[in-house]
Amino acid sequence: MNISRRRFLGTSAAFASGAFVIGFNLRARAQDTPGTTGASENPFDAWVHIKHDSSAELVLTRSEMGQGVYTSLPMLLAEEADLDWQRVTVVQSEFSLGTGGSGSVMSNYLPLRRAGAQVRVAMVAAAARTWNVSESECTTEKSEVLHAASGRKLAYGELTAQASRMPLPDAKTVKLKDSAQFTLIGKETAHLDTPDKCTGATRFGLDVRVPGMVYAVIARCPTFGGTPAKFDATKALAVPGVMQAFEIPARGHRVFTAGGVVVVAKSTWAAMQGRKALDITWNHGPNHGETTDSLRAQMKDALSKPPAWTSDPKGDDLDSLPAAKRVEVMYEFPFLAHATMEPMNITIHLRDGKCELWCPSQSADAMRKMVAAELQLPESSITVHTTFMGGGFGRRYQYDFPTEAAQIARHVSTPVQLVWTREDDMTHDYYRPAGMRRMRGMLDEQGNVAAWSDHLTDTAIDAFWSAPGTYKLNGSELPPTIPYPVPHIRTGFTPVTSGVPRAWWRSVENSFNGFAVECFIDELAHAAGQDPYQFRRRLLQLPPIPQPKTTGDERRPPDPQRLVAVLDLVAEKAGWNKPLGPNRGRGIACTTTYAYLAEVAEVTVERDNIRVDRLVMAVDCGQVVNPNGARSQLEGGMLFTLGAVLKEAITIRDGAAEQQNFDDYSVLRIPEAPVVETYLVDSHDDPHGLGEAAVWLTGPAIANAIFAATGKRLRRMPLRMNEST
Amino acid sequence: MSQFTLQVNGQSRSVDADAEMPLLWVLRDLLQFTGTKYGCGIGMCGACTVHLNGQAVRSCVTSIASAAGQKVVTIEGLGQNGLHAAQKAWIAEQVPQCGYCQSGQIMSAAALLASTPHPTDAQIDDAMAGNICRCATYFRIRKAIHRAAQEMKS
Repeated sequence: MNISRRRFLGTSAAFASGAFVIGFNLRARAQDTPGTTGASENPFDAWVHIKHDSSAELVLTRSEMGQGVYTSLPMLLAEEADLDWQRVTVVQSEFSLGTGGSGSVMSNYLPLRRAGAQVRVAMVAAAARTWNVSESECTTEKSEVLHAASGRKLAYGELTAQASRMPLPDAKTVKLKDSAQFTLIGKETAHLDTPDKCTGATRFGLDVRVPGMVYAVIARCPTFGGTPAKFDATKALAVPGVMQAFEIPARGHRVFTAGGVVVVAKSTWAAMQGRKALDITWNHGPNHGETTDSLRAQMKDALSKPPAWTSDPKGDDLDSLPAAKRVEVMYEFPFLAHATMEPMNITIHLRDGKCELWCPSQSADAMRKMVAAELQLPESSITVHTTFMGGGFGRRYQYDFPTEAAQIARHVSTPVQLVWTREDDMTHDYYRPAGMRRMRGMLDEQGNVAAWSDHLTDTAIDAFWSAPGTYKLNGSELPPTIPYPVPHIRTGFTPVTSGVPRAWWRSVENSFNGFAVECFIDELAHAAGQDPYQFRRRLLQLPPIPQPKTTGDERRPPDPQRLVAVLDLVAEKAGWNKPLGPNRGRGIACTTTYAYLAEVAEVTVERDNIRVDRLVMAVDCGQVVNPNGARSQLEGGMLFTLGAVLKEAITIRDGAAEQQNFDDYSVLRIPEAPVVETYLVDSHDDPHGLGEAAVWLTGPAIANAIFAATGKRLRRMPLRMNEST
Repeated sequence: MSQFTLQVNGQSRSVDADAEMPLLWVLRDLLQFTGTKYGCGIGMCGACTVHLNGQAVRSCVTSIASAAGQKVVTIEGLGQNGLHAAQKAWIAEQVPQCGYCQSGQIMSAAALLASTPHPTDAQIDDAMAGNICRCATYFRIRKAIHRAAQEMKS
């Protein structure tokens, strides 16, 4: 059954073909405030549908890109509703919210449980009414209500009609289970979408096949910001299967698209061949002179001066403090590509003032808005089908490919699939920023960290998205707070100018901030002549000192004891004190970002070749919803980061990305993948998301292990034994 | 454009295509076998892996002309009677995250298991080095191949 938005007008429970449906608004519930949608619209963006056969369908507002929300989110609802898990299915809502920031489990933990509890209470009330018994005599299990005293039972499917005629319990006051009563949350649960992903049945964006559809590729200027000066499509149009060739303009700084020459054909291959046959003269634009070296020179210059912006100072300036042991170092990190396995793509059909999109997107709602704006249509005329995504990592938050598709749809009367080749994807990404930082630290007589200074410079994300001359610090650019008590702290940020597009890449700034903090604390431990694990442990147990607060950070302060507990756990599991052979070393890192995490890396370095042998992580993320999914994210996150830190870099020449495909953008392959171990701490505290968690600390754990193995400190990513500075 | 006939998952199929068109696009765009994925187009990622006469090949760099008249097996046709042992092992070990590369991973693993029924870790690494998983599920892929080998023995 297709549940349209109109069925929900003016009601929260609907009697739809005799089925029981509860709609809820996760966007609003996330903040526990009233819904913000207009009165004429369905106020709900998600719902659960209990069918006559007692199966349950959850319409989900988050998109699945491999992080496991297709399983973890329905588990939350099924737990409280006491649904038969074997009969729960998930479909994607047309009103999908942004999916990112490791937030899906965290922000849905209470709303989805409350919705589940509403189902259970409603079913109990309906059964009690049917049997004329007290609700307190009824229990629920596997989508059935039981009355033990009389031995009677009724399946939820038999109660839907009665339940939908009764008042719905208030979501805010409905009683939730105590964690001790959980039968599903916290249990190993197979991902619901796994079988289809092993048979080729899962439909990703590129797998959308609509009758009559054609395929399009775009020739974009390799230089960022460049456009076609002129083009001749004669030869392209002679390629068998090629149907059309036309130009689309670039779109401005907020919807950054490169524009270019579109080739439409009857197959993807024909479109690609047609593009090769185009004769285009490019206007390379203002960024043609940019190179990796010119950017590095800017960054070095920035770090030789005071920061453009500073955080609130804590204590005194380092230079004014009495001479003690001082450490000063620079770290450097490159642009990185998302390189999702499925390149960007979208299928669009524009006809009769209505538009249909099949879109692998982390943010369908935003896609609808952007396409509506491009086509100058009301949002209500845009239908969005969110497909499974072959990876996201932040890339599929962007609007460029939907905007291009909308531009193309104006020229094509049939459904058309816009395909980005791997080369398009690699050379027109929104990259993880590149940057450098100067870190300074001071140890006191007791070997404690007396002072800490961090001046970061990078190609700030917001500087790219702001209109020229309007960029202002938003706060997230500033160096992070650290979990260690340090009395004197100075941190600051200086942006550098670049024409390279950049945006969110799995964990955003944390991917380079974590590296700097956890490498530098390690450097200070060695400067103090102390074991790096014991050094961290000791610092974390010193009396806390209030830290400068990062703007907009409203989270409760982390508990140092929970961090010490995972440090101890990972040290024990990794065998921190067990001797390793020659050329081998262990490194440790920890963080309270995302969750309480600690990791140990074991490496071997032979003939300048770095091999990671083992990664061990201990995690306290509060209540684990699905241990299978949690471990999956941590294992994959550790290895994803290993590849990024040891192998990946986008370099710039003539204002363009030099890397084109997986032959020159090298990512982790199976021979380089070590054994990974994860240990989850038993906790019923509020859950934390783990999609990005491993990115903070895997890099520094590896760099610290390389130092332990070789005595050489590598500070420039990707890490190379023969690194130059 | 020429006509080519090939056997896909045991059935004879004819297509009109440019002789240079890679098997990948023949499968995906002309025959609707979308389980075989596009990842790089240059044989560097393995997402497009299919079996050509029982051998694992990269369909993105295999022209239709060179595949004509031969036996192609895709992920959709891998399990002759139900799921292949590798598919069962992939499910049991909960390998996929985004899942996009897994068709190719499973096809490479099935070809490995056919030639090397009990692969060592080193043999797995060697045979699977051409298949990229960006979610980096490699640890579970190795476990799944060992599990499949065990199941095929019994």
